Amino acid sequence: MTRVTQLAAIAFGAMAALMLAGCGERPQVVDYKQGKYQGKPDEAPYATAPFNGNKDMWERDIRNRTQNQNEYRRTGGS
Amino acid sequence: MARMKFLCDAERCIECNGCVTACKQENDVPWGVNRRRVVTINDGVPGERSISVACMHCSDAPCMAVCPVDCFYRTEEGVVLHDKDLCIGCGYCFYACPFGAPQFPQAGAFGVRGKMDKCTFCAGGPEKDNSEAEFKKYGRNRLAEGKLPACAEMCSTKALLGGDGDTIAEIYRQRVTMRGKGSDVWGWGTAYGRPEAPTAKPPGAAPGTPAAPGAKS
Repeated sequence: MTRVTQLAAIAFGAMAALMLAGCGERPQVVDYKQGKYQGKPDEAPYATAPFNGNKDMWERDIRNRTQNQNEYRRTGGS
Repeated sequence: MARMKFLCDAERCIECNGCVTACKQENDVPWGVNRRRVVTINDGVPGERSISVACMHCSDAPCMAVCPVDCFYRTEEGVVLHDKDLCIGCGYCFYACPFGAPQFPQAGAFGVRGKMDKCTFCAGGPEKDNSEAEFKKYGRNRLAEGKLPACAEMCSTKALLGGDGDTIAEIYRQRVTMRGKGSDVWGWGTAYGRPEAPTAKPPGAAPGTPAAPGAKS
């Protein structure tokens, strides 16, 4: 095999590999499912410290905190 | 626990914009973005009324309905949040929202519209709770700390109430009963009704007739 033929074979092989790479391209458009949240899942507000999954404790804290907005209760007005 | 809601008492709001400032400070909101603002009706006219407006975390949110990439979600507590990694900044939610809640940062000389930003009820976003990534994208996650939104908690006149819908409606109801007025803004049901008696009607209403216009239970 002459040197020219060898070079031609290498070039053909490289081109074939390059063209085949195009067939392996992955779709770059996100496939959205209409009407369903597509993002990352969120964790519950009581999942991490200081509540560590204790939902009742979190709800109690939030309820007490909400009542801080009621000055009738804060001042003992009623 | 029911659903997290905001309720602004127009009889008490003094247009101090403290809620706006608290929100900006707490969440490090960029210049030009106002997650919360105070709207005044009949400004300068005797009898003017102000109300603090932000995302109302609608039970049937129109922003969620129109989003083409479905980046919105509602948490177990009824807080409407979105994933900024998915948002394409199209602005549909801005047109759909009756409160003008969605905000778009303007970046660069040509005013390129960035990803949508809005009130999160101080509940962060879908990143890990209280992480740096969450703070950078969505602001502080006070709910995960057992706290309520900064705007409501620091309101000087306690005009802006935030928290569990039934609880804040009860606080508002007590106020209206004590001062004898102010039920007009949020309706008869919120002012005088109770969760266990959703059919509260104004005096004189015939049995079987619907509650007063705008009534909310």
